Amino acid sequence: MRKRQPKTYTRLTHPLIRDSRDEPFRQASWEEALDRAARGLARNRGAFGMFSCARATNEMNYVAQKFARVVMGTNNVDSCNRTCHAPSVAGLSAAFGSGGGTSSYEEIEHTDVIVMWGSNARFAHPIFFQHVLKGIRNGARMYAVDPRRTSTAEWAESWMGLNVGTDIPMAHAIGREIIHAGLTNEAFIERATSGFEEYKALVEPWTLSLAEKVTGVPAAAIRELAHAYARAERAQLCWTLGITEHHNGTDNVRALINLSLLTGHVGRYGSGLQPLRGQNNVQGGGDMGAIPNRLPGFQDILDPDTRMKFESAWNTVIQPHYGLNLTQMFEAMEEGELKAVYCIGENPAQSEADSEQAVRRMRQLDFLVVQDIFLTKTAELAHVVLPATAGWAETDGTTTNSERRVQRVRRAVTPPGEAREDIDIICELAARLGHEWKYADAQAVWNELRSVSPDHYGMTYERLEQYQGIQWPCPSTEQLEPTYLHGRLWEADPARRGLPAPFGIVQHDPPVDLTDEEYPIRLTTGRRLDSYNTGVQSGSFASPLRRGEYVELCPEDAERYGVVVGEEVRVTSRRGSVVAPVWVDPALRPGLAFMTMHFPDEVDTNQLTIEANCPIAGTAEFKASAIRIEKLPVATIVR
Amino acid sequence: MTAIPLGVPRRLVEFTIDGQEARVPEGSTILDACRAAGKDVPTLCEGDTLRPKNACRVCVVEVEGSRTLVPACSRKAEPGMEVRTGTERARHSRKIVLELLASSVDLSTTAQVAGWIKEYKAKPDRFGPDAARLGEEPKVDNELYVRDYDKCILCYKCVDACGDQWQNTFAISVAGRGFDARIAVEHDAPLTDSACVYCGNCIEVCPTGALSFKSEFDMRAAGTWDETKQTETTTVCAYCGVGCNLTLHVQDNEIVKVTSPHDNPVTHGNLCIKGRFGYQHVQNRD
Repeated sequence: MRKRQPKTYTRLTHPLIRDSRDEPFRQASWEEALDRAARGLARNRGAFGMFSCARATNEMNYVAQKFARVVMGTNNVDSCNRTCHAPSVAGLSAAFGSGGGTSSYEEIEHTDVIVMWGSNARFAHPIFFQHVLKGIRNGARMYAVDPRRTSTAEWAESWMGLNVGTDIPMAHAIGREIIHAGLTNEAFIERATSGFEEYKALVEPWTLSLAEKVTGVPAAAIRELAHAYARAERAQLCWTLGITEHHNGTDNVRALINLSLLTGHVGRYGSGLQPLRGQNNVQGGGDMGAIPNRLPGFQDILDPDTRMKFESAWNTVIQPHYGLNLTQMFEAMEEGELKAVYCIGENPAQSEADSEQAVRRMRQLDFLVVQDIFLTKTAELAHVVLPATAGWAETDGTTTNSERRVQRVRRAVTPPGEAREDIDIICELAARLGHEWKYADAQAVWNELRSVSPDHYGMTYERLEQYQGIQWPCPSTEQLEPTYLHGRLWEADPARRGLPAPFGIVQHDPPVDLTDEEYPIRLTTGRRLDSYNTGVQSGSFASPLRRGEYVELCPEDAERYGVVVGEEVRVTSRRGSVVAPVWVDPALRPGLAFMTMHFPDEVDTNQLTIEANCPIAGTAEFKASAIRIEKLPVATIVR
Repeated sequence: MTAIPLGVPRRLVEFTIDGQEARVPEGSTILDACRAAGKDVPTLCEGDTLRPKNACRVCVVEVEGSRTLVPACSRKAEPGMEVRTGTERARHSRKIVLELLASSVDLSTTAQVAGWIKEYKAKPDRFGPDAARLGEEPKVDNELYVRDYDKCILCYKCVDACGDQWQNTFAISVAGRGFDARIAVEHDAPLTDSACVYCGNCIEVCPTGALSFKSEFDMRAAGTWDETKQTETTTVCAYCGVGCNLTLHVQDNEIVKVTSPHDNPVTHGNLCIKGRFGYQHVQNRD
């Protein structure tokens, strides 16, 4: 078979500038590049957006959002959390007032039932899955809910291969079965939740047999999962992008949270909800306020007291309304309302759904400055490119993982050429725009964050080192909080119990991109074990597992189209068309195809995906496009 | 119904090591107690993240009333036990084990072993050059890691790390019996035709360097591997959101090896292919 080497990127070592997009880049001094970047941003005040980086440190994200809010006077700051787990944050905060996963990895080793929903953690989060395996070895039963029979599902008690986009019918049917079997946790529902009666009415139509019809999963299997989850002393509900990357991702998350409220599987050791985050610091980026609706410490911008605190700390005025999220910023580009973007470490030209549209919109910008370690496809669209350091190996700071654990990142290697740390660069730009910020080092930034975020106050660098990371909340420098969130829901005293968690009243809404005679195949997307996102980072090491991009079909479909492994076919959706070789995977079912976004320079999968966005969180429906497969006129079998 | 007991407070066990009082929490091994007491007991097959395998017998000690020597790495401390770590019998046994291993296997990259051979006055050469067990070329069948079975002491740690204790991939196992026993993938195929997922968790636990990063293997071959010039910095992986701690081994500003702290609550010393080997992009400098 053809040996395909993905495009490898070399590090940026000098600032690059150009006068217009038609010209090639030329190398520039830092002075010249920064002056030019400052001018470009200054003339677009009021039409500015910041793409912060879910891969960089907390400290960098803190300074980046401060730049947007203080220097540019806008809340238009966001990151690629929007393309993955924003619905989890939105759903969890709507139910519990806080957007983090409620449990810890260690707890899953000591639970009784584990539900992996829309998550191929064995591939996408391998070390988390080791904790799951410990749990299974300790006697826990695991259930996998996924359209594909993934390598995660291989470890399951039962695999529920539901149709793409039928998660809500599945969840509602489980909820109804729990109610009808009398397995609800009545005391918990009574004391710690609200809206149960409405929820009960909502799920009543979703009988097991109706759910079987809609989801394709046998009624008996759904019933078994419902009973196992409800009867367990402890249970963990984990999900990944199979839940969130839908046009109704937040509704999907709410539907899952409902099950934990019904059974009291939240707020206790070993019982909880665990969204598995996709980037090393996507949790931290949001915690640091690099999102349009929250200030650092996940504090709501609409709260006047919070704003006042930050206004006096930063000596500024904070806009009393939410900013635009990433998706809305792209729409604002189209409408000419957003004219300048400062993009740090993101590659939206390849990571956004409907990538052609994203590129076209970025081309309309008056000014784009990209700060990255590589000349990515996005950087190629810029006016100024600033070479940065690799957050994880070339800077000091912290990142926050999926279990809310803040951990130290340390500088191990010296960056190449003239590359500079993100925080230095942002501060240089801030100075040119009239704000002299002085941070001696990352720790100084962190201590400023600690002073404004109660949840992080207790985490000094010394303590982070001592405990190998600390989970938020950590309000005290003297003690540590429990490893799980929302224990308050179990308090007997109503005052300490706080606000009840509302059931989410959400309706089933099938995928936007319907399959029909013209586009009969459902395409879903995901990750492979050895690759990562747009491949800029993972393409560089010589993985023996890497085989490049394929369109994966089930054996039945491959036979129906008369195609064999390695044969190139045309894959067409309502938005675009690509040519990709075929791979046959028996884990798929007839009518279901799978691709990744790891090799966009080979096969740009996101030309096919649909930009149908969740109205609450703005996440696109990467998981459900309708496509057709066409055999190429002359078979080009690549061997 | 709950799968785990809620853990009772652990009592302290009192016993003696070389005549001195020792107190360790119930469930601790003799080795734990020896280390706590500052006694140097050599170990090879013992792994801090793995269950004891009792394969190498280099950690044996004498226990009063026990007919045979006992392996310190697996034997639990019991109240009133009288343990002696440095008796003639224990030292002689360790010496023989070191002689047998060092005569049949290449221990040149095994940490600490040179010091033990000296300390126990072991003479592996007395068995002559024919004692070498395998005498085969290192297996270099992929770009990430190398298997040099001339250095393998059959401690089984890689098998356990790949198997049910951590990775659950079961790519490597013991093939053959008796003198023919060796570590192999199914049908002794190249790694690239095996179930291996290249997590490198076997390299992490290998005590002899039989399994090593290709970067280390190549640098050793070129004579440029120099641990005195290396720094070790622990940071957090740049891939998914799990937050694995990586210890980057850096020589001349190049990452040459990646490990993970064994006591880390996220990884317990384990990584996946991306965390272990996916660092090259940082140093694509020209």
